[in-house]
Amino acid sequence: MIVFEKRPSPSRFWAAVTPVLAVLATMIAGGVMFWLLGKDPLVAIRTIFWDPLFDPTFGAYSRPQLLVKAGPLILIAIGLSIGFRAGIWNIGAEGQYIIGAIVGAGVGLAFYPTESRLIFPLMVLAGAFGGWLWAMIPAFLRVRFGTNEILVSLMLVYVAEAMLASVSQGLLRNPDGMGFPGSRNFKEYPAAHNGEIIAGTGMHWGVVMALIAVIFAYLLLSRHMLGFQVRLSGEAPRAARFSGVKPARLVLFCLGLSGALAGMAGLFEVTGPAGQVSIDFGSGYGFTAIIVAFLGRLNPLGILLAGLLMALTYIGGDLASLMLGIPAAAIQLFQGMLLFFLLAMDIFTNFRIRLKKPEAA
Amino acid sequence: MSETRAPEPALLGLEGLTKAYPGVVANDDVSFAIRPGEIHALLGENGAGKSTLVKMIYGLVKPDRGRMTMRGAPFAPASPAAARAEGVAMVFQHFSLFEALNVAENIALGMDRPPAPRELASRIRAVSAAYGLPLDPARRVGDLSAGERQRVEIVRCLLQDPKLLIMDEPTSVLTPQEVEILFRTLRKLAGEGTAILYISHKLEEIRALCEHATILRLGRVVDTCDPRQKSARELAEMMVGEELHVPSRAPATPGAVALELCGLSMPPASEFGTPLRDISLSLGKGEVLGIGGVAGNGQDELLAALSGESLAPAGTIRLAGRDISRLAPNQRRALGLLAAPEERLGHAAAPDMSLTENALLTGAVRERLTRRGFIDWARTRDFASRIIEAFDVRTPGPENAARSLSGGNLQKFVIGREVLQAPEVLVVNQPTWGVDASAAAAIRQALLDLAGRGAAVVVISQDLDELMEISDRFTALNEGRLAEPRPARGLSVEEIGLMMGGAHDLEVSA
Repeated sequence: MIVFEKRPSPSRFWAAVTPVLAVLATMIAGGVMFWLLGKDPLVAIRTIFWDPLFDPTFGAYSRPQLLVKAGPLILIAIGLSIGFRAGIWNIGAEGQYIIGAIVGAGVGLAFYPTESRLIFPLMVLAGAFGGWLWAMIPAFLRVRFGTNEILVSLMLVYVAEAMLASVSQGLLRNPDGMGFPGSRNFKEYPAAHNGEIIAGTGMHWGVVMALIAVIFAYLLLSRHMLGFQVRLSGEAPRAARFSGVKPARLVLFCLGLSGALAGMAGLFEVTGPAGQVSIDFGSGYGFTAIIVAFLGRLNPLGILLAGLLMALTYIGGDLASLMLGIPAAAIQLFQGMLLFFLLAMDIFTNFRIRLKKPEAA
Repeated sequence: MSETRAPEPALLGLEGLTKAYPGVVANDDVSFAIRPGEIHALLGENGAGKSTLVKMIYGLVKPDRGRMTMRGAPFAPASPAAARAEGVAMVFQHFSLFEALNVAENIALGMDRPPAPRELASRIRAVSAAYGLPLDPARRVGDLSAGERQRVEIVRCLLQDPKLLIMDEPTSVLTPQEVEILFRTLRKLAGEGTAILYISHKLEEIRALCEHATILRLGRVVDTCDPRQKSARELAEMMVGEELHVPSRAPATPGAVALELCGLSMPPASEFGTPLRDISLSLGKGEVLGIGGVAGNGQDELLAALSGESLAPAGTIRLAGRDISRLAPNQRRALGLLAAPEERLGHAAAPDMSLTENALLTGAVRERLTRRGFIDWARTRDFASRIIEAFDVRTPGPENAARSLSGGNLQKFVIGREVLQAPEVLVVNQPTWGVDASAAAAIRQALLDLAGRGAAVVVISQDLDELMEISDRFTALNEGRLAEPRPARGLSVEEIGLMMGGAHDLEVSA
């Protein structure tokens, strides 16, 4: 008989080892799935995890994609993780990401074709403001009327998507675009363009911001009283109130911060890799970032690694479906397995497992 | 046992029961026997192994070694259901009741094969009338007092017609009058041949009720006696294994007014809470005020109003003359009003955080543990270590999670955290609940020393012996009202009972 014994305190060793084990388990289970689909499992795994970085043919194209994809994921996930730590569930980062992009891009386009070094920083602030504002709606409703922020923030995603469709066909449509939906392309507006900082690396200002956010979140959570209050509220809400935390303020802070970071991510994306405000700009980063936040154990350094890993499976998955004809659904299943195994392996962190001889009754 | 009575066959016999957990032997070679109709006390400090022992009898834990017999036949229950089938019933210290359901529904949920609702209700009425435990099957448990809730648990057991009834610290939430009713019920049950295993650390009760006592210390049976022949002090010394340290202090002459409540009324924070009604009170420096009362009569609400977790109407709370009713917890701490709530895990301390982090939880302001919002972890760790050392908290170090400490040790930490911050006024709720005798004595001494240094101390507790021991004045909460405080010295049990006022439907229908 197998017996689970709760550990007096979570094991640090297992907390560090389980992500590696989870990746290995995903490779094994995923390999079996690919084999059942009639593909060579070793080739498939290699295509997903190895080729995007080291293949001589595609490497040059897909390596920069790693940072391009990981940047927004990490930036959004960092903001979300701080709220999650406090038990405040912002599920609508996708909406804040879209509104941030619209507001930031709108500010930039209002200055077109003025050239100034101040325009891009102003757009970043406007993007953050847009995301913050969108997140303040569920925050205010929760604080004032006790609504559930999960539902409100999620539903606002669909409102944001409708607004995106509207502005890309109306307000922000490129006047020189022959009536096609979509804004001007920021690649043709240097003052507002978020280009590669170092050519061929995929490194743009959004990636820089993501790294700054990782450091900021690390310092906040480990060194600052506010971070302590965030953690305390998540672990023991009553103790937090006793300690002097004002729950309403914490809700405003956590939702505001995650909204601002998501909005910024949207702005960096629309002015860089995406290039323009268009109907299909919303790419699901806001939802995937939730997975990244949990995959990284709501820990800033973990999120950095999880964001890179998630980006890798995306790029590798695309490559695998392109090269090996693996269906997109199988790739999504593979990514789901990763999350499943990671959460399942948590049991080793919190429990000790013992084998016990079956007792004679 | 040195009994010379004719050897009556034992109902339950324990022989050499041993149970070890990693790092600790909870029970070591425990043997004793209980005869039908006997009220048998199991006495010991917290951590002496009482709970493990009764869990083995009730089928929750399997012994490593040793055997049990029931009426001479081998008895090895694999589950509580198996134990119940053999006639063992247990009333737990913490009730397992759903507040939103009524009495009959709660009782049905705890039975293996509940009868039809109508029949169950009539059986509940019959049993509760037969044993003097008035109980209305249709009332919602959320509206019942703690004493009434306990009756629900007892009636649930009695419906199963038990041969052995185990009671774990049954009187910790009762008024003296309710205790008296419980004792009459238990004596009646014993008279009908039901054996009762009575677990407690309240020595006076055991002396009043039980005819045999088995005393456990560190998992072993250290003594057996007839508690009626021993003084409470002798029993305590058998239990602790050392001379008891009784808190001492010079009677204080109260100084200037430290804390004042003027007509404090507040609605309850939750549906099952109690409103505070027109509480007025004046407390001098160096004074210890004991607030008794049955749980759920406004204790938590009063503490929350004083700690600042819930804000009182302006002008109702004054600290050294200054109105603090609308101040947040940390502003009150800065002015010298500190508090320690009853619930250790989750309220006074965060279970999964380290002791260092828990020291920060209330110590940040007065101990200056932060600089411009940034935490000085070295200073915080130092503060936690000082608490651990000064209050003899048994733990490998301040990096351990609060959850890993035993209840008594965590309580010492929680009280120590506030006492070391040198408060002007300290409010504590149930400072020694579930704490062993020597730790309780240490906590009481710390509170008295604090008062000796000129602080005003409010002790909210359900342990009347404790309140009588340390209070200068005594008062009680009843349905959110506070009785007029009176000097504690010389109060009779009857007067205390009247102040606690829980006189609703308590008369035994004899």
